[in-house]
Amino acid sequence: MRIMYCNPGIVEIGVFDGVLVVRLQGELDLGVSEGLRVRIDKELDRQRTKNLVFNFRDVKFIDSSGLGLVLGRYKKLAAQGGGVALTGTNSTIDRILELSGLFKIMRGYAGESEAIRALNGGGR
Amino acid sequence: MMQVKNQVKLEFSSIPENITLARVVVAAMLAGMDFTLPDLDDVKVAVSEAVSNAILHGYQNRPTGFVYLVFTVSPEGLEIVIEDYGRGIADIEKAMEPAFSTLPDRMGLGFVFMKSFMDLVEVDSQLGRGTRVRMFKYAFQTMQAVQ
Ligand SMILES: Nc1ncnc2c1ncn2[C@@H]1O[C@H](COP(=O)(O)OP(=O)(O)OP(=O)(O)O)[C@@H](O)[C@H]1O
Ligand SMILES: [Mg+2]
Repeated sequence: MRIMYCNPGIVEIGVFDGVLVVRLQGELDLGVSEGLRVRIDKELDRQRTKNLVFNFRDVKFIDSSGLGLVLGRYKKLAAQGGGVALTGTNSTIDRILELSGLFKIMRGYAGESEAIRALNGGGR
Repeated sequence: MMQVKNQVKLEFSSIPENITLARVVVAAMLAGMDFTLPDLDDVKVAVSEAVSNAILHGYQNRPTGFVYLVFTVSPEGLEIVIEDYGRGIADIEKAMEPAFSTLPDRMGLGFVFMKSFMDLVEVDSQLGRGTRVRMFKYAFQTMQAVQ
C-alpha cells in the first residue's frame, strides 16, 4: 500500500455566466501550486472562457508560490483580452495581496456574483 | 547571550511536501508565546518562503538535498535559521531586491515577504556551497520590567 501525502489545495471549479469560478481551498504553497495550475489551465482551455474569478474563502494560507499561480493566470487571460477578479479574501490575504502589488492589477469584490458581473462588463 | 527557553531542530528532504511540516512546527512553538495571531501568520509566510527557496533555488528541485531548520525561543522572541547546501546566491543584494527572480515565472516576492514580516533578516551565501537565512521576530513584550 502506498499512502500519499495530500494537501487539499484544490478546489471546486464551475462556470457561471461564461466566467470560470475557482473556489480555492487549503494551503497554497509550492507543494500544491503547480498541480493547481495544471488543473485550472486545463479547465480554462476546455471551457473556452477568458474570464476567471478566484474565491479565497476557504484558503488557510498563501505565500509567493500561490500568488505566482494567481498572477500567471492573470497574465495568460489578460493577453487574450480577458480578466481575473478576486473575492472571499480575509485580512491576512488582503495584506499579502496588497504587499505583492496584485491588488493594483486585479480587483477584489464582495462576492462571486459581483465579481462575475464586473468581468462581464458591469451593469445589468 | 540570549537565554534559550525552547529550541527545535529539524532537517528534512528537499521536497515541497515538507514545507507544511516546517509551518506546523513553528506554529506549535509559538502557541504558548507572547505573539498575536497576525504575528503567527507573518512567521508562517517567512518560513514558507525561506524553505521554498532552499528547495526550488538551492537544490533546484532535487529531492536528494536536505534543508536544516533551527527555531529558538528566548525571552526576546523567536529566531529562525534555515539552511541549505545547494547552489548558493551569486549576488545577495540583487537577490533581495523586490521583483528580482532568476526563474521566469516567479514574482521575486520571497525576500520581500521575509523582510516585511520579520523584524530582522540576514542572508549568508556562497556560490556552490549553500545559503543560510537567519530571521528574528520580537515577542510582543520584549521589555523586561526593572524592579
Ligand atoms: N536558498 C537559495 N539558494 C539559491 N538561490 C536563492 C535562494 N534563495 C533565494 N535565491 C535567489 O534569490 C532570488 C530571489 O528570491 P525570492 O524568494 O525573493 O524570489 P523568487 O523565489 O525568485 O520568487 P518567489 O519567491 O516570488 O516565488 C531567487 O530567484 C534566487 O535566484
Ligand atoms: Mg522565493
